Amino acid sequence: MSAGVLEVRDVQKSFGAVTAAKDVSVTVPQGSVYSLIGTNGAGKTTFVNMVTGYIKPDAGQINFDGRDIAGLAPRQITRLGIHRSFQIAQLCNELTVEENMLVAGAIHGKTGPSFLRRADDGSARDRALATLERFNIAEHRNRLIPELSGGVKKLLDIAMAMAGETQVMLLDEPTSGVAADEKFPIMDLVIEALRAEGVTVIFVEHDMDIVTRYSERVLAFYDGQIIADDAPDEVLSDPEVQRYVTGGPA
Amino acid sequence: MRMSVYLSAIIAFVALAAGSIILPDWAMFLFAMALAKGLVCLGIIGMMRGGVVSFGQGLYYCIGAYTATLIANHLGVSDIFLLTLLSAAVCLVVGLVFGPLLSNYRGIFFAMLSLALSMVLYGSLSKMSFIGGTDGLNIGAPTFLGWAPEGRPLQTALYLYVVAIVVISGTLMRIYFDSERGLITLATRDNELRVEYLGASVRNLMTYNYVFGALLGGIGGTIAVLALGHVDPEFAFWTTSGEFVFVAILAGYLSVPAVFVAAIILELVRSFSNLYFPNTWQLALGIFLLVVIVALPNGLGSLVSKRKENKT
Amino acid sequence: MDLLATILVDGLIYAGWLFIVSVGLTLVFGVLNILNIAHGSLYAIGAYASASLVGAYFAAGGNAFPFGSYIALILAAVLVAIVLGPLLERGLLRYFYGRDEVLNVLVTYAVFLILEDVMKLIWGVNPYFVYEPYTLLGNVEIGPLFYVGYDFAVIAAAIIVGLAVWLTLNRTRMGKVVLAVIHDAEISQTMGVNVPRIYLGAFMAGAFLAALGGALTAPMISVTPGLGPNVIIVAFAVVIIGGLGSVPGAAIGALMVGISRAASVHLVPEAELFIIYFVMAIVLMFRPEGLFAKTQARKI
Repeated sequence: MSAGVLEVRDVQKSFGAVTAAKDVSVTVPQGSVYSLIGTNGAGKTTFVNMVTGYIKPDAGQINFDGRDIAGLAPRQITRLGIHRSFQIAQLCNELTVEENMLVAGAIHGKTGPSFLRRADDGSARDRALATLERFNIAEHRNRLIPELSGGVKKLLDIAMAMAGETQVMLLDEPTSGVAADEKFPIMDLVIEALRAEGVTVIFVEHDMDIVTRYSERVLAFYDGQIIADDAPDEVLSDPEVQRYVTGGPA
Repeated sequence: MRMSVYLSAIIAFVALAAGSIILPDWAMFLFAMALAKGLVCLGIIGMMRGGVVSFGQGLYYCIGAYTATLIANHLGVSDIFLLTLLSAAVCLVVGLVFGPLLSNYRGIFFAMLSLALSMVLYGSLSKMSFIGGTDGLNIGAPTFLGWAPEGRPLQTALYLYVVAIVVISGTLMRIYFDSERGLITLATRDNELRVEYLGASVRNLMTYNYVFGALLGGIGGTIAVLALGHVDPEFAFWTTSGEFVFVAILAGYLSVPAVFVAAIILELVRSFSNLYFPNTWQLALGIFLLVVIVALPNGLGSLVSKRKENKT
Repeated sequence: MDLLATILVDGLIYAGWLFIVSVGLTLVFGVLNILNIAHGSLYAIGAYASASLVGAYFAAGGNAFPFGSYIALILAAVLVAIVLGPLLERGLLRYFYGRDEVLNVLVTYAVFLILEDVMKLIWGVNPYFVYEPYTLLGNVEIGPLFYVGYDFAVIAAAIIVGLAVWLTLNRTRMGKVVLAVIHDAEISQTMGVNVPRIYLGAFMAGAFLAALGGALTAPMISVTPGLGPNVIIVAFAVVIIGGLGSVPGAAIGALMVGISRAASVHLVPEAELFIIYFVMAIVLMFRPEGLFAKTQARKI
């Protein structure tokens, strides 16, 4: 088992009578960019939620760096380097953009959060600012969250997750709630920033143009199962995928 | 920035200490009680920053007071420093037992469970006739490292002692509120899920805030019983805790000095109402509380703090 | 065996009383999402009002038909609901809908403080006694045990109240509308439900039930200041055990607390005052939202 590999094996999950994951198996090598496609309820978000610990699989293994992480708490999984962003950006609305970033920095600091060290001391602010700049949102640093556009919120959500030593990043619909003309610029920025650090990216997406442009490999979900796992062109021309996911030839 | 905290602490100490010279006896007693209760409320503020409000802080106020009294009466300890230390230690232990249990609860459930714990203590103490039952216990005057003052010097010493404790605790809590953990606590109030997904343990944060609250509650109770000379189970009754919450709401969680100002305001209102409207002081308090909730939703602290709280 | 029967009967009597004083609290929380500390004050006012009305009834020659005093009891509760319900809900609480739950607890705490003194202003601080209704129903003998008949009337009243609330909610058109409002007030509003009226109705029903609890209790005790603070926190414990907003939950909570307290009174009297909170703490440890609360998963 090599470092940084995320391996999901025979994972099952059902909610009552609804099967959200059935025999889900996939191996995601380090540094690759995967996208997850499928209709609503196909099991994409369940996949993200199981890998990041929000829900516990009924059976199966999720191995990361050779360790089974299925059923660990979100914070334990996060500490191993698997981070996520959310469909609805999860931010602290009473804090400014910079303070949100400082929170992330304080949690990810090498020594763990301190009772004494000021949250806004010089070096912490420098680090926060650097991350904000990397995601091109430093200009908003003194604004409160409710004042921000959907795109900036998404970027901050991802920037916060990138404050630590992230190895795998799961993005749950990174372009939902983002204005149409911002989608490509945001994806350009995010994918470039994540690839620059060698982070493995797994993103959920409904827009097939974004899927083909940014992912190396696509997992197509239908009814809780992965029905295709291949390069974007192959998956999108798969008749089964066309029938159940994309609704016709791309 | 840190310098300004220390500077404020020194100014606060000098200003409050000056009270020992200018205040008449009755006012010095009132201030000492208000500051002791303010300590309890400071603990509630610490929890409020994480988004939970304890309706049972009387638990620690009462444990602190009874511990000091029992130790003084049965072990013959009268030194105020030692009594404070021992009461704080007992409250620390109790806080460490309940903190992890309560740290899973939020909102009304946290409020009501903390209330339930204090009522369990109230009920138990009321039935324990060997330590006074509902009548409670008396405690003698404290000594200060061997010095046993009486009359005005005793009052002055006690007052200066509580002032010193208030300034030290206030400064430490301000440093904590401004620290990395302090900011993460504030973030938890806002969005717990985010904090968990950044890799922090929200339970751990909540537990610390609860334990700090327990310590402050115990110290406040110890000083209060030494000032009053008497403790009874009412210290743990829910209406006592309700007043602490009242002060915390009046103060808001933005400013530490506001907590003590609010506590002093409450004691002043209480004593003047008692004097002039003996049967309507709760009525005055209730109206006052409503006015604060409506007119000053973020508390007194919002008048001086740059940070804005969202209306919740 | 006698002990067991005693515990059971005592427990049922206490549970009946508990259910009456707490079902209104859970109903108000379910509809308005406000945990009403002033529920305890409404209880106390109900007790005072019934003491006054029953007293007036007998003073006006009610001895000719003593059973009329039961009507006076219920009338007292109705009066409290009609006077204080609209005053509190329309005059105050409606400005706080949708605000933080804990903040709303404080608002009702303020009301509680105010009403505590208002009662002293109206009724003074001396106790009131109205024992007549308590003795009217004679005694009941169960094996070797003697009970006052009125105690069983309380159980009957609890059953009637429980059935009435349950049937109103589940078997009437209005009840269905209330359930819709509980589920989602905003959507109900857009579908043409007069939500403010439902809120007012629910609060008045809650106030009536609180006052009824007090009115029925008045003949069993001496009515003095300080009734409210003690009642409200046992009622809290019951509704939290049962799950906030759940009527069946309040019934189960009342039974659990009633029986455990009766058991404690007869087996470990020292524990009587805190057994209630002990039961609550145990329940919450295993069911953090109470027994019957709907747990909601957060959508992320």
